[in-house]
Amino acid sequence: MKRYVCDVCGWVYDPEEGEPGQDIEPGTRFKDLPDDFVCPECGVGKDEFSPED
Amino acid sequence: MNTMLMNNINWVGYVDWNVRDFHGYSTDRGATYNAYLVQDEKTALIDSVKAPYVDNLLKNIRSHTDLDKVDYIVVNHAEPDHGGGLSKTVEALPNAVVVCDQKCKDIISGHHDTTGWNFHIVKTGDELSLGKRTLQFIETPMVHWPDSMFTYIPEEKLLFSMDAFGQHYATSARFDDEVSLSTTLEEAKKYYANIVMPFGKMVSKVLDAASGLDIDMIAPSHGVIWRTHLPEILSRYAEWAECKARPKVVIMYDTMWQATEKIAMAMTEGASIEGVETILLNVRASSLTVVATEVLDAAVVAIGTSNLNQNMLPMMAAVLTYLKGLKPVGKSGMAFGSYGWGKGGCEQVDQWINDMKWDTVHEMFKCKFTPDAAVLSEAEKIGKILAEKAGEIAQ
Repeated sequence: MKRYVCDVCGWVYDPEEGEPGQDIEPGTRFKDLPDDFVCPECGVGKDEFSPED
Repeated sequence: MNTMLMNNINWVGYVDWNVRDFHGYSTDRGATYNAYLVQDEKTALIDSVKAPYVDNLLKNIRSHTDLDKVDYIVVNHAEPDHGGGLSKTVEALPNAVVVCDQKCKDIISGHHDTTGWNFHIVKTGDELSLGKRTLQFIETPMVHWPDSMFTYIPEEKLLFSMDAFGQHYATSARFDDEVSLSTTLEEAKKYYANIVMPFGKMVSKVLDAASGLDIDMIAPSHGVIWRTHLPEILSRYAEWAECKARPKVVIMYDTMWQATEKIAMAMTEGASIEGVETILLNVRASSLTVVATEVLDAAVVAIGTSNLNQNMLPMMAAVLTYLKGLKPVGKSGMAFGSYGWGKGGCEQVDQWINDMKWDTVHEMFKCKFTPDAAVLSEAEKIGKILAEKAGEIAQ
């Protein structure tokens, strides 16, 4: 599963870890994240993320 | 000093006339740390000031009310130029609750011992009634820190915009119509370029959100308050948010024995065509602040360096590191310079342009040792190409 990087602060969403702070279960693909998902580090939305190189 | 924004809403901040180095930003006109006092049935202080100036803030508050009458301290942004004085401010205002978003609380707690502080955490859409007036909160993450937030008073059509729309500009005047508009816009541009530029996409979103608000006055946390020239600053922000290019070429360079400088001069001569502005900057004679400000609205940026020990010159490396973080987008660039032997300087600049995802407007132009007349003639021709390209891009 592809990891995604926050373009603004560099935080990485790793689907294998999910994002416990927003109740995102491990194994959740980036594209399946809810629309109101935000970067836990800097607060920007899903549309500021890019696939990791 | 007139500090009244409107009835019972006053500026209570500090004018820092002499600051010239604001975390590396060259503040040639000084700065202000704006805080505001909103008095109603409840009283709210909007933001604090830099730590050394809390006594000035408290004196200003006391001229309007007793310190124990302040009910809230709204923290729109925790950076030390506003939040640095919070420990002393909270201590001096015994009945005040600190109002901020969760990110802001996290940051405040990383800078201050908040034991015993009363926090009221808000998020976008939350309101706090002061009586006849209401504070509405709008989170604006990464414009320009994770904690950043606007506070809006709908009854007064007044937006406290924190660092957005600010300027580092010390003056006794508090309002945009009391000072030179060109000076204010110049300082607002400098501020945008050096502080806000990396967050253009978020700025566009904030502008969209703000367009839904009825706004008569924008009170930023630095500089003068916008009450007359709102259309001018809002339209500038819309342009800056996308790094909109003017027909403008920036030729910047560093040089050891003037070979690169001679090429830069020849390029500037060639680029000086009608309808295009060309700016020549020796980065060792210019501040980073000026370089970033000039790049913001340039269409084409030519970057020159000598080769020193298989590297670009260190001041150019500093400039490019600074610009890399500021992320000017949509520019066209080229690398140029001189060398004696080996590779390094120009190649690094060329790679940097590539890494920035800028278009390459012309292939790298290198000269071995000192440029002769033929090389300078070629440089002049390249300058003309750069200027013509800038004219095309800006159309």
